[in-house]
Amino acid sequence: MKLGLVIDLDTCVGCHACAVACKQWNTSGTTGPLSDTDPYGAEPGGVWFNRIRHYEVDEFPVSKTVNVPMSCMHCEQAACVTVCPTGASWKREDGIVLVDQSKCMGCNLCAWACPYGAREPDPEAGVMKKCTLCVDRINDERLPESQRQPACVLTCPTKARMFGDFDDPESAVSVAVRERGGYAQMPELGYQPVNRYLPPRPTPSVEVSDQTRGEANVDGGSLIGKWMRRQKEAFDAYGRAPDAHGAPSPSDADGEAAR
Amino acid sequence: MNPAFSVIFFTVTAGTGYGLLILLAVSRPFGLLPNVSPDQVIGTGLLGLVLVTAGLVSSTFHLSNPKNAWRSFTRFRTSWLSREAVFAVLFYPLSLGWLLAEFFTGASALSAALSLLTAVLALMVLVCTAMIYASLKTIRQWHHPLVPIVFVLLSLLVGTLTLLAMGAAFDLDIGRLAAVAASIIVAAAIIKLVYFVQLGQPGGPTINTAIGFTKASVRLLDVGHSGDTFHTREFGFQVDRARIMWLRAGVIALAFAVPLLIVVGALDGGALPLLVGAAVSGYVGVFVERWLFFAEARHVVNLYHGAQQT
Repeated sequence: MKLGLVIDLDTCVGCHACAVACKQWNTSGTTGPLSDTDPYGAEPGGVWFNRIRHYEVDEFPVSKTVNVPMSCMHCEQAACVTVCPTGASWKREDGIVLVDQSKCMGCNLCAWACPYGAREPDPEAGVMKKCTLCVDRINDERLPESQRQPACVLTCPTKARMFGDFDDPESAVSVAVRERGGYAQMPELGYQPVNRYLPPRPTPSVEVSDQTRGEANVDGGSLIGKWMRRQKEAFDAYGRAPDAHGAPSPSDADGEAAR
Repeated sequence: MNPAFSVIFFTVTAGTGYGLLILLAVSRPFGLLPNVSPDQVIGTGLLGLVLVTAGLVSSTFHLSNPKNAWRSFTRFRTSWLSREAVFAVLFYPLSLGWLLAEFFTGASALSAALSLLTAVLALMVLVCTAMIYASLKTIRQWHHPLVPIVFVLLSLLVGTLTLLAMGAAFDLDIGRLAAVAASIIVAAAIIKLVYFVQLGQPGGPTINTAIGFTKASVRLLDVGHSGDTFHTREFGFQVDRARIMWLRAGVIALAFAVPLLIVVGALDGGALPLLVGAAVSGYVGVFVERWLFFAEARHVVNLYHGAQQT
């Protein structure tokens, strides 16, 4: 067994619902609480197992916003486990990397060894905490079969997250990775992360004129072109006094619109 | 990396103690301190043990759950931190046994054997401490073959300077020890300078390999959290280039140049205040070096927070 997540960067909208669901489940579950510091103050902070960051890839006008949720990759070569001096960090037969909180001495060395920022110490409990792949959900036979999935996967409104066994070549996650070219983050460090990311699907290219590429076409004779020219003139005139030709000031225009 | 005072104080102070005990142990077989008496060996050895103990106590201050610290002896086969803990504890019965043998039997075969075992164990602790940092692939400034060599040499450097001051205080002939100290300073300076030059070479993962988009530029739009996190506090620490250069110059002056001048002057016997000054200068210089070792380290997590490279 090699359990892990597949995250579809094509459909992820960056809503942070997975992080909220993760926090809710795990703060009330076996790893909880996930302490917060200064929760109602100016600088709120706290322990999160899942964080979403937003990037711009390539240059305008062919750039794309990519939302990248990140949690523990449950690496096959998990350095966080080997550096741990107390044996609190361990890897299960099914591949899940866990922290035994009753053994952790809070030296933070595993967090230093993790390249993905997956581990965060809990200042209240004094021990390291991390994503458990909702181990207290996925194996709970009291839950209906469809609910035995990590909280982040169940909650994702765009179904951008999948959970499964990467050792089974016919599992949904393996098929998705095979068909969509799923990749691992920062593979050159050799940690062999299990989680995979599906790249955005290629979009059909649209013909764009050089003019459109640089600046919106405001000189066209079409209806839209005339409307855009008026908007541009109003925008350029905004805040200026009415000129000799008697062009209406922005406040006049506002007044007319209000009437 | 955030330079945590407790860890810097631990590595420098305990390192000084281990270096002092290593040099003290080999001083008799190599005749570095002719006519050193057992009482003087015991006094110097106890000073070394005080330094080591002060450092080890300080190292427990950065643990947030020290009641489980005893468990750190259990993963000797995989964890350098566990190895360090085991050797650091084994070190005590051997070093105390050596000082007891020195007390009861003087310069006997027993004390000689125990002193050499103490030196070997002290060296092992130093290497393990360095390997905690050098084994982390996430920080290319630490994952470097020169890091363990620098750690050992700088510990020997401050240890030798301390032993020189002790030798002068006991009014011993320190000429040969001064020559050894000068060679250690020169070797440490050369290796540290090579290390500084190599840090300037680009390398390691980039924001592109971190996010997985390697055919186009990638830049951070939003980090996703409004306040600081553990990762921004622990790994986001940055010093500006100009200050780094000043501090590096300070390291070269305090840890290498000043002690080297004083030690070369002491080849024919030196004044005690000057030698104490050399030891203090060396300690402060290595302290700044260790602070820089942390401050200049750039963890790959910074890539996810928008750094283009480490």
